[in-house]
Amino acid sequence: MSGRWIRLAGFVGTIALSVAIMAGLASAQSDATVGKAPAATGVASRTLNIYGMGGRDDVAQGRLDFATDALGSTVEVSNPVNGFNDQAFLARLAAGDVPDLVYLSRNSVGTYAARNAFLPLANCIRSQSIDTKQYRAAALGEVRYKGQIYALPEFTNQITLLVNQDVARAAGVAMADIQTTNWKRLRAANKKLLKIEDGRLTRIGFDPKIPEFFPLWVKWFGKDLISKDGLKAQLNTREAVAALAYTVSLINDHGGWNRFKAYRDTFDFFGRGNPFARNQIGAMPFESFIYNVFADNSPQIDLVAKYFTNRKGGPITLFSGSGWAIPRGARDQDLACQFMKAMTSVEAWKKVGKARFDLRKRQGRAFTGLYTANTRADVAVFEDIYQPIGKKAFDDAVTLLVRAPRYGFAIPLSPASAEFRQAWIDAINRVLNGQQSPRAALDQAQREAQTAIDKAK
Amino acid sequence: MASVATSGTAPGPPSRARRWFSGFRERETWTAYAFLAPWFLGFIFLTAGPMIASAYLSFTNYGIEQIAGFSPTESVGTEHYRQLFNDDKIRLALKNTFVFTLMMVPATMVVALVLAMILSRIGRAAGIFRTIFYIPQITPPVAAAVLLLVLFNGQVGLVNRALELVGIQGPFWTTDPSWIKPSLVILSVWSVGGTMVIYLAALHGVPQQLYEAAAIDGASAWRRFRDVTIPMISPALFFTFIILTLAGLNSFTEAYTAYFGAGSTGADSPDAALFYAIYLFRQAFEFFNLGFASAMAWLLFLISITITLIQVTVSRRFVFYQGGQK
Repeated sequence: MSGRWIRLAGFVGTIALSVAIMAGLASAQSDATVGKAPAATGVASRTLNIYGMGGRDDVAQGRLDFATDALGSTVEVSNPVNGFNDQAFLARLAAGDVPDLVYLSRNSVGTYAARNAFLPLANCIRSQSIDTKQYRAAALGEVRYKGQIYALPEFTNQITLLVNQDVARAAGVAMADIQTTNWKRLRAANKKLLKIEDGRLTRIGFDPKIPEFFPLWVKWFGKDLISKDGLKAQLNTREAVAALAYTVSLINDHGGWNRFKAYRDTFDFFGRGNPFARNQIGAMPFESFIYNVFADNSPQIDLVAKYFTNRKGGPITLFSGSGWAIPRGARDQDLACQFMKAMTSVEAWKKVGKARFDLRKRQGRAFTGLYTANTRADVAVFEDIYQPIGKKAFDDAVTLLVRAPRYGFAIPLSPASAEFRQAWIDAINRVLNGQQSPRAALDQAQREAQTAIDKAK
Repeated sequence: MASVATSGTAPGPPSRARRWFSGFRERETWTAYAFLAPWFLGFIFLTAGPMIASAYLSFTNYGIEQIAGFSPTESVGTEHYRQLFNDDKIRLALKNTFVFTLMMVPATMVVALVLAMILSRIGRAAGIFRTIFYIPQITPPVAAAVLLLVLFNGQVGLVNRALELVGIQGPFWTTDPSWIKPSLVILSVWSVGGTMVIYLAALHGVPQQLYEAAAIDGASAWRRFRDVTIPMISPALFFTFIILTLAGLNSFTEAYTAYFGAGSTGADSPDAALFYAIYLFRQAFEFFNLGFASAMAWLLFLISITITLIQVTVSRRFVFYQGGQK
């Protein structure tokens, strides 16, 4: 009896082991090399391991092919389709399985750079003769820590104002009043644009997009939330408190945060029934990618793109985006450097820009340009490839977006980027929820952020 | 044997240890331990090992540099434990967690017991309803959290629409700090199926003659429930009480998904939904303070153990085991 049980246990154990081995093999195959086929001889002499490049559209895939070709035929590129995940990256570091190159959001670079997990790129830039002047200064500022560049910036999102002309007309608000230079006029416009029917909010007037775009509202005063070296939090300045009080008042005009957010949570910005198409919103600042989405999904909408302006009337825009970095311990840093140089080059952007233009033309869809961290690439795509769509709203928006980056700024890189960001976001949420005054909330945020920075630096 | 013969004294009963060792002469004992081995190995390597490691790490500066081997792991003494008492967010997260647990545990137990009692009385249809009530239990928590945001939206959510039908103006469940935890409790109660099945099994185990005897004695339905049903299923009630309390103290997925992770914009993060496990996760994997996060984990472990011990002690007065003592 017992012998039979032991044999059964052995059998079950063998099956389990076999399943584990097969699962391991299957997993290894699913992680198989993508991008480039092995060299003609069937043997690649070097392999570049990339981590963090998640969902890929035609623009990403086109540049990936371009950069892979640039490495030559003896190089294999392993690039599984996985977005950057802090936990997974930590696990790889712990296991000694360090990728050669990682792709991540630029606002995460500081945390890793300050903890020596990324390499400064001075050698890479020198050895590959990478011209850093081609990159937007503000985008480079996002990846510079203690004077060293830790990543090459790639895409860039910039913020402009989207104004719904239909709503403005219906509410009898002059376009000149929907601007950010004069806060008093903006507040008056907000009150006219919003609509509350039977106690329900049915249209947002002006959405200040806080917490996300709070740095933009503070920049209205010409101030930043953190010092240029990223080591001193400036969250409870008089200007920051005033900016928070003002933006919260814009929301409270709608009947309070609860009502405002519950309504905004119902919006689908990426579909045909987006809030601009359905006239559910008057105006708001938004990232530049949305023009592409609207051009595809609701080209009929009557919108006007405007600059977000500071108190003197000058345009300002907040930068964010992605970048490439080399982790410390990467086995083939030369290849990584070559690859990211190619991925962010003018040639790569022009190639995929042309391909996208042709593709969209064939599909009868609009091409609204590419907005990158490479100044020369943006100019080249706009001047050599882009053609007016024929819809004034979008053509004007493209012209505005091409000029916008020169007014860009970014939040300087901090050694405790994640905690710093969380501190001011939490503070704004406490104010929106009515739990604290702007002053008290930002004082607390200042303490939390500075403590985190001091510990990390 | 020889010593017994020479001393002339009778042999005493074998010690517990000797009895345990003598068991290994039997082949069945080895077989039993062979079957138990996977659990032991799992416990040692996947539970006890990490626990010991985290206890050690809680006294160190463990972070990215140490994980990657760029810098040595150095002792920071009791700094992280002192920090636990100085961090406002720890107090906030503990308060949120306790309040949620205090609401969720009784609500889940009451609803599960009511459903189980109904199911135990409805005969043939019980199978269908048991399946229906159990389905939410197998719904992935992430999907349930996204559902929460849709159903409980203060302006267009189905819950408030339903309340409107009976003339009630529903609250802003997902945005008002006062209603965020109650909405999460309702979501927990929705997936009450597992607890309900335990109670259903316990109810089936109550001897029918006890009810008959009570009825003959003239006991009302309420008296039968209070003096027969509750004592007889008290072990099941006690078991779920402890399990649900521990689940409440470790709440993470639904709140994280709805307010801090994929289901949110990442910028909402209301204080009211900041549970202890969420703050611990953020410290470890968003802020990379793994030493501090380890200290947080140990604080939660100590709190959980203390609460469980109190529950076990108090339960001795209320839990009735058949064949045992009250």
